[in-house]
Amino acid sequence: MLIKISKRSDLKESDITPENVYMNRRELLKGMGFLGAGALLANSASANAIDWFNKDEIAQFKTTPLKYKADANTDKLILTPENKVITHNNFYEFGAQKHQPAELAQGFNVNPWQLSISGECDNPITLDYDDLFTMFPLREEIRRERCVEAWSMVVPWIGFSLADLLKRVAPNSSAKYLVFETLHDPEKMPGQSDRRLGGGIDFPYVEGLRIDEAMNPLTLMSVGLYGKTLPPQNGAPIRLVVPWKYGFKSIKSVVSIKLVSEQPQTTWHKLAPREYGFYANVNPNHDHPRWSQATERRITSGGLFSRNRIETLPFNGYGEEVADMYKAMDLNKYY
Amino acid sequence: MGNKLTTSHKVLLLKGVIHLTAFLPLLNLYYLAFNDLLGADPVQRVIHFTGIGALNLLLITLTVSPMAKRFKQGYLLQVRRVLGLYAFSYAFMHVLNFLAFDLQFAWSLFFSEVFKRPYITIGMVAFILLLALAVTSVNSIKRKMGKSWQRLHNVSYLIVILVSVHFYWSVKSELMTPLFYLLITSGLLAFRYKKIKTLILSMFVNKTR
Repeated sequence: MLIKISKRSDLKESDITPENVYMNRRELLKGMGFLGAGALLANSASANAIDWFNKDEIAQFKTTPLKYKADANTDKLILTPENKVITHNNFYEFGAQKHQPAELAQGFNVNPWQLSISGECDNPITLDYDDLFTMFPLREEIRRERCVEAWSMVVPWIGFSLADLLKRVAPNSSAKYLVFETLHDPEKMPGQSDRRLGGGIDFPYVEGLRIDEAMNPLTLMSVGLYGKTLPPQNGAPIRLVVPWKYGFKSIKSVVSIKLVSEQPQTTWHKLAPREYGFYANVNPNHDHPRWSQATERRITSGGLFSRNRIETLPFNGYGEEVADMYKAMDLNKYY
Repeated sequence: MGNKLTTSHKVLLLKGVIHLTAFLPLLNLYYLAFNDLLGADPVQRVIHFTGIGALNLLLITLTVSPMAKRFKQGYLLQVRRVLGLYAFSYAFMHVLNFLAFDLQFAWSLFFSEVFKRPYITIGMVAFILLLALAVTSVNSIKRKMGKSWQRLHNVSYLIVILVSVHFYWSVKSELMTPLFYLLITSGLLAFRYKKIKTLILSMFVNKTR
């Protein structure tokens, strides 16, 4: 199914710097025969002297094209360039600095993979790598992504509804919440074995949703972006996308989804409960203790001079689809 | 070879090295940032680079006196001013990056953030103090100020503490790096234990005057 997005939050053409600067660079890279290594080049330009010597030795992770139903992008959202989507990641399993996952995750092997869905349900199942791409028809969904750190992107995800997956396992009446877990494998994920690299958070990374949030048609299990399978730094082979919540809810490289009866303890909430709530709905009226959430910087093309600070919308602009779920709640208390 | 160099040559050489290693990275940073070659979010990169750079330069500045004393190389003291001014320049760019590129001159947001967020408040206090030191580093002003100049410039100890705490409070998790900086700061201040103790005591004595 295709979901209509409200139009009021669209970026105006004047809000961003034209894409041609960025595209030209990619053309240049192609001409030099460096297609696919763009990420590395972009970073090597800013890297320090020590990095210059080992850049060439890193083999790029191979993504493969997917078959999917395209999003017509009727709202004309301006996409964040692919090169930025895949080089600016919060994925502490591969380093706490945003450029690190794109560098450190390239050797991450995602096939074979197993995703188990278990707990309070009648038909628990385990999906293998191929199932992730064949079990449900895939569709593209162009979504705004808002990080709790007050920057945002627009990403063309590819995936299927979590609701479709949940219907297969048939949740029982005790299933009130879902607990998601990222792979825990310190040998494959350097951030999990090195506390400094991993940013000092607890692993495995755990996130959770209420069952009605999980069943909402906007909640996507993503297996790709920009027409191809996910690169590891973006959460290959399968990740959650909950576009009306701050990005840390959209857990990456998921191996387990459990249906449970109690609200689970989640990674960032456990680390700093005043800063990161369980709900984490995008809310311009509820500040993070250390920065305002009223506005955000939309990451598009363009360097330092791009005028990209825009108003943050309640529920990241997806209020029409999701606000009903929180009608009875004080969103300043349940932030 | 070092023995054949006169002291003024040594100072000149050292200053040259300082200019190259402090100014060129800044030039490189903004060249990359303006051309969108600095990763996906150049704004965050320039803010972090200039912030850490300012703290590094502050710490290096505070290393000079203990080094000069320990190794009996008095001429080293002559590079303190250029180092301090670079620390100020980095701090100035740090604040400017925040105002111009992050907040994009949303002045009301700038002021509300400065007063609302403790880590930004102390960062701004440190910057204003650093500005005072930079302005009074001009020779003619220094001469006019007489003894009060040294008293004012002892504020650098307070500044480096404020900046280290500013860094510590600004970090989301991964506290090891800012803790390491706090450790270095404490170490450098420990060298001056006696002086700082006298300074603090004299503050109380001054009140009775």
